[in-house]
Amino acid sequence: MSTMHEPTAQQIKDEKLYRQMGMTDEEFDRAVEMIGRLPNYTETGLFSAMWSEHCSYKSSKPVLRKFPTEGARVLQGPGEGAGIIDIGDNQAAVFKMESHNSPSAIEPFIGAATGAGGIIRDVFSMGARPVALVNSMRFGDLSDERDRYLFEQAVAGIASYGNTIGIPTVAGEVQFDNSYSKRPLVNAMAVGLLNHEDIQKGLASGVGNTVLYVGAQTGRDGIHGATMSSSEVAVEKEEELPVMQAGDPYLEKLLMEACLELVKSDALIGIQDMGAAGLTSSSAEMASKAGYGVELNLDLVPQREEGMTAYEMMLSESQERMLVVVKQGREQEIIDLCKKYGLEAVAIGKVTDDKMLRLTHKGEVVAEILADILAEDAPVYYKKSEEPAYFREFQAMDNEEPVVSDLKETLTALLQRPTIASKEWVYSQFDSQARTNTVVAPGSSAGVIRVRGTNKGLAMTADCNSRYIYLDPETGGKIAVAEAARNLICSGAEPIAATDCLNFGSPDKPEVFWQIEKSADGISEACRTLNAPIIGGNVSMSNEVNGVPVYPTPTMGLVGLVHDLSQVTTTSFKQAGDVIYLIGEATTEFGGSELQQMIHGKIFGKAPAIDLEVEASRQQALLKAIQSKLVQSATDLSEGGFAVALCEKVFDAEGLGADVTVKGSAVTALFSETQSRFIVTVKEELTTAFEALVQDAVKIGTVTNEDKIVIKGDNDTVLIDGTVEEFRSAWKGAIPCLLNSEA
Amino acid sequence: MRFAILSFPGSSCDVDMYHALVDIVGVGAEIISHQDANLEHFDAVVIPTGASYGDYLRPGALAQSSKSIESLKAFVASGKPVLGIGNGFQILVEAGILPGAFLKNKGLKFRSGNAKLAVLNASSIFTSNYEQGQPLTIPFAHEYGNYYVDADTAQQLKQQDRIVFTYEDGNVDGSVEKIAGVLNEQGNVLGMMPLPERAVEEIIGGTDGLPLFRSILKNWSEKNVHNA
Amino acid sequence: MTKVNIYVTLRESVVDPQGIAVQDALQALGFNEVESVRIGKLIELELAGTNNEIEARVKEMCDKLLVNKVIENYRYEIGEVAGK
Repeated sequence: MSTMHEPTAQQIKDEKLYRQMGMTDEEFDRAVEMIGRLPNYTETGLFSAMWSEHCSYKSSKPVLRKFPTEGARVLQGPGEGAGIIDIGDNQAAVFKMESHNSPSAIEPFIGAATGAGGIIRDVFSMGARPVALVNSMRFGDLSDERDRYLFEQAVAGIASYGNTIGIPTVAGEVQFDNSYSKRPLVNAMAVGLLNHEDIQKGLASGVGNTVLYVGAQTGRDGIHGATMSSSEVAVEKEEELPVMQAGDPYLEKLLMEACLELVKSDALIGIQDMGAAGLTSSSAEMASKAGYGVELNLDLVPQREEGMTAYEMMLSESQERMLVVVKQGREQEIIDLCKKYGLEAVAIGKVTDDKMLRLTHKGEVVAEILADILAEDAPVYYKKSEEPAYFREFQAMDNEEPVVSDLKETLTALLQRPTIASKEWVYSQFDSQARTNTVVAPGSSAGVIRVRGTNKGLAMTADCNSRYIYLDPETGGKIAVAEAARNLICSGAEPIAATDCLNFGSPDKPEVFWQIEKSADGISEACRTLNAPIIGGNVSMSNEVNGVPVYPTPTMGLVGLVHDLSQVTTTSFKQAGDVIYLIGEATTEFGGSELQQMIHGKIFGKAPAIDLEVEASRQQALLKAIQSKLVQSATDLSEGGFAVALCEKVFDAEGLGADVTVKGSAVTALFSETQSRFIVTVKEELTTAFEALVQDAVKIGTVTNEDKIVIKGDNDTVLIDGTVEEFRSAWKGAIPCLLNSEA
Repeated sequence: MRFAILSFPGSSCDVDMYHALVDIVGVGAEIISHQDANLEHFDAVVIPTGASYGDYLRPGALAQSSKSIESLKAFVASGKPVLGIGNGFQILVEAGILPGAFLKNKGLKFRSGNAKLAVLNASSIFTSNYEQGQPLTIPFAHEYGNYYVDADTAQQLKQQDRIVFTYEDGNVDGSVEKIAGVLNEQGNVLGMMPLPERAVEEIIGGTDGLPLFRSILKNWSEKNVHNA
Repeated sequence: MTKVNIYVTLRESVVDPQGIAVQDALQALGFNEVESVRIGKLIELELAGTNNEIEARVKEMCDKLLVNKVIENYRYEIGEVAGK
């Protein structure tokens, strides 16, 4: 294909060709008005990419504005590659979460792998050394062959990238529900560390400074990835989909080392990853943010394929590329630095003062648009929002306790639900200990790494129960944040900041937009109350199959600071004789619970209620107790309720068991998903001090050295009595068993 | 005593080895790029794990294209200790310094965790600080950890007491004779898939890897005290 | 210019876990006639020139780098490519 065969500006308008690139008539008219003429083919491509939801947040902006983004520790909020949060001692943590849902639905291994690659680049392009990865994934319930394939391949893909590049995956979560059948969610989060003076921003400033292209050559892969990720995947028409961009973690390792050396150089002005919309977004955004212009000569762009057009080069999403602006006259030292790492760095343009993004190709100017128009002036949509009928219906329902005939069988069945079952099959594929800083590896509440050279640690986690959000997005949004914060607290960390990955259906559906708005309200309020400002994030819309949206899934990634590594606490029981406490009483709340889904095959009713003040005071009290070294082990109660959480405390505690007594209705006490609750264990001699700090804690039993889990109810009735081994094998064997079964 | 940590592009765990040697074991160590590998003035060489050259072609294979392999072979011939960990073991095998080859794990997946090992030979320069038969817990992380030698070679390795570590938890990756670590004929080169540098501090993964480094240091010290 | 295809396969005596897994999968899909699957790789080379030392050079490449003879066998095809 060459420029000669491209449609003319007039044809693009007359034949509405912009629609094929995902632009609406109104957007095209707006573009024409803003530049005062018809855009040519390349320019139309620039508009379509930069004004896609993925790059412009045009539909989600009004919602994102609600998020609290400020705090004493915030050094960089949303808007850059990743957010930055102060952790003291002149150091900062840099992190962000991003989705790679559409690519993963098409080619799960490559899609998930490049998702990890992209978020890692976002972190090191800020000047930070990536030190840990976290992921959050959603799949269908594994009864379908395609869903099993998507699950196996996405896990292998995301693992392969992190393992090869040598960054440990220290935490993650996977949940299963047929709402995600054939439309998986793959969210990856990367966490980096830097010294304050090394913070980099994606700026193209200083007239005459040189724009360097560093990394992999540009091919025709991933053209219009940004537009694609903002639209529904038509599963039946895979052959029509664009070529996927494959990842090369080895090249990225070299790129990462080169960039981390580069940021120490005073010749560097700015650096940005060529992520979604590749060369277009990086050049337009760097110019716009700095208030300058950028002129690129596309003939100089390293190309992997012959005869590429300007359009193709600008829209390619070939992986492992960075755009770097360096001081005029200092190009050679940067080129040499890159060469040391086996990387090609080529001067492809310069910074100008006219604020234009100007592209030349084969001696002609092929695009000339104000960078601000592309980067800042996308339309903002105030989408129609409508409370769905199902919500009113669910809110009118009473909380009822499900009828359960055999408590022990029910507990065993819950332990085998893939969302609750052991994820060892998943995390054993991750190298969780590379860099030798991992204090708590996957399998506990949160991952914890130490900050080498200090006595501090960073805890990290991701969470989102989308069933609650579907039933009641505002409450569910609060719970997503609270649950993630609980994971940090239980690990001995103080939550300091959050990132989000908002996975929803099409915002054009008023009911979906209502879910987005309401869940954002809940998230905002919880982040404020629990002191976790949102410092960056990502929006993924149109996660639908055949017009049916997935459950609303605004995944929250939280990072916490461990002030003293000796305070790190894990889920598992530590020794026999320790006293078991329950914090928070159960009420009958089964809406959206795992038990409800298991019994009825669907969810309905009210989501569990949450009082953020109660949540905050319990979290603070428990954290104080942990920091005072009064707590041996801690877990929050989540999917499956009390009995499941108790089991999880025993499964990895060699030779220990539990003997506890609970109050009230057995089914509620064992399986209700009432919020803001924890199980902790305390050494006998520290119970008085612990109780003084955590007033909501109630003694319920002791850790035994017997291979048994015994739960008694009122009047000493035995509710559950089984060997640890029988429960453990149900829990451990469930996922491998589901994967081997032939449906 | 000074260790060279021989690093190839993609040998991402070179820093892990550096911290283990310098911060914990307390010996001198330097990360040496394969491009300017002059190993002569070092007392020992460690090839760290990671994914050198992206594990492309076969893990460890492309390192053979580096000039440093010649200096490494000369270093081996000098009789000084050489330790290959994980991908470093794969490099030693591909370079023909140790026998055998690596296949994909029997389960076909990358696997990581804590390996239960037994010390089968506690008299080598790498293992003299362990007890014969001592059970160890050492982290591992690999996709090609399935060590292969033909039956004759396996027999020979056994007879010459060159199998240093074996897997004692089911050998799930499928290595011949449960081999987790193996010596060269002269006894100065050890390759092992488990990662002892990840087991040098209680806070990260136990301390069962420490005696390995201390054995190397002890043997070096004894030799040098003798010579002095 | 000469084009060389090198086919690398695991030696008979080496168990091929990937091949076994694929064999099981094919049989599960009803391809019961499948009695054995061995998975190898194809390496395509384009070489400058057409001289008669090519075969010796290719063998050397295989022995030195492309093939690990402890576990792998290989065979190759050499053909001329028109143009370029």
